[in-house]
Amino acid sequence: MKSKCEKCGMPATVHLTEIDGGQKVEKHLCQDCAAEEGIAIKANVPISQLLEDFILQAAPGSGEPDVEDEACPVCGISFSEYRQQGILGCPHDYDAFGQQLMPMIQRAQQGASQHVGKVPRRAGLDQKRQNQILRLRAELKGAVAAEDYEKAAELRDEIKALETQ
Amino acid sequence: MKLGDLTRHAGEWLRGVGPEQEVVISSRVRLARNLADRPFLSRCSTSQLEQLQQTLRDRILKLDVVDELFYVDIEAASSLDRALLVERHLISRQLAEAEHPCGVAISGNEKVAIMVNEEDHLRMQVLRSGLQLHDAIQEINRIDDALEQDLDFAYHCQLGYLTACPTNVGTGLRVSVMLHLPALKMTGEIDKAFRAARDMGLTIRGLYGEGTEATGDFFQLSNQTTLGKTEQQISEDFVDELIPRFIDYEHKARRALVESRSIAIDDKVSRALALLRSAKLISSQETLYLLSLTRMGVNLGRLPEIDLKTINELFLLTQPAHLQKIQGHKMDGRERAELRARIVRTRLSAN
Repeated sequence: MKSKCEKCGMPATVHLTEIDGGQKVEKHLCQDCAAEEGIAIKANVPISQLLEDFILQAAPGSGEPDVEDEACPVCGISFSEYRQQGILGCPHDYDAFGQQLMPMIQRAQQGASQHVGKVPRRAGLDQKRQNQILRLRAELKGAVAAEDYEKAAELRDEIKALETQ
Repeated sequence: MKLGDLTRHAGEWLRGVGPEQEVVISSRVRLARNLADRPFLSRCSTSQLEQLQQTLRDRILKLDVVDELFYVDIEAASSLDRALLVERHLISRQLAEAEHPCGVAISGNEKVAIMVNEEDHLRMQVLRSGLQLHDAIQEINRIDDALEQDLDFAYHCQLGYLTACPTNVGTGLRVSVMLHLPALKMTGEIDKAFRAARDMGLTIRGLYGEGTEATGDFFQLSNQTTLGKTEQQISEDFVDELIPRFIDYEHKARRALVESRSIAIDDKVSRALALLRSAKLISSQETLYLLSLTRMGVNLGRLPEIDLKTINELFLLTQPAHLQKIQGHKMDGRERAELRARIVRTRLSAN
């Protein structure tokens, strides 16, 4: 494999094989020249993320629905219609297509799958408490990682208090 | 308040005086909300859209946390008025092109704009000049709280606020900061900065937001993810960590330019100002380019006789819809180039 970028001679880190009109074309570029060519490279993707993406794509029953394309009973939109336009039909779609949507949402949200922000007053206190616990747990994780055990103990007590409320 | 009145001054937020004003033009926050008991817009009939607009407009105009709100019916607005609102960052290009019942409520100082029936039922935005995201978040939160007293927003215990496009679920919050980065562009380091921005999970857009190219050295950075962080975390990351890096990159590049190419920079800046002061016909593209250089010259202390506010106002007033609104009638490209050059000449020589 060539080790120098064909454009500028810097070490090549991007190696592409394209089939152009039946001909195999190989390209070796450095990251900067590849970016200029419009080839997007996601830098520093952790291996766990790559694995996760791979599993999500390969897992049966997620991503593409190969079963029948059922419609939302509330607004009537089907999942394939949503895929075409990129816009959902009603709030209930998130439950109706939950199985297909969740992996997509997680991918778009850098792995996050749980809201921890503002809760509307009408959603009730229960949800607020749940989110607070989630938030504190995340902080606890950070405190432990930072070896701030005093803070971690405080957080643990706060979480316990909320959980037993 | 009428739309025509807007052209008399630069919107409060665009006066250009605010924290980190040398690099940060403005801060903007936006919340997406939908009523819980209605379909999203793509599944609404025209009469449902009308009803929705009426309900939301009536409620918004009763807000007592925002001063002097007035409502613009976009469906009934001329294409010139729509373009004017886009140029002032008060509506999106998507809303400007809409042909269904929709509109926008704007506060007298233009710091608040609430779009009705854009992609979601409600898209509220708060603008501030300079780097003032925390203020903006607080204000938008007050507006959201007030609306929530009477309106039930679609909310999911796991996914948070539900939006028509799943990429906005959670907080429904988009924070954006408009940056002026001429030195990074000049030193060729801008691509490196952008790669860093993408690695940090930021989106980079042009002057007018979604789908626009970055022109005239102005770039808008926004958060990509809306789920898994609180509103406060999202804005704190921006204000305390992400944006300061770009401000720092730009300042370093400016210093390097002044140290290594002092005469060349003076030459570029002075030529830009001289051209602006003497041109008889000038395109909006060229104006943007020259004003950008002049703005950098002012910030580097190279042009003590020019003030930043004048430059910021000229960015706004020299855009096509603004020129036509000032003149009171439609104009072709050549007429606009002439009026634009006249306005720029007058403003910069009197300055």
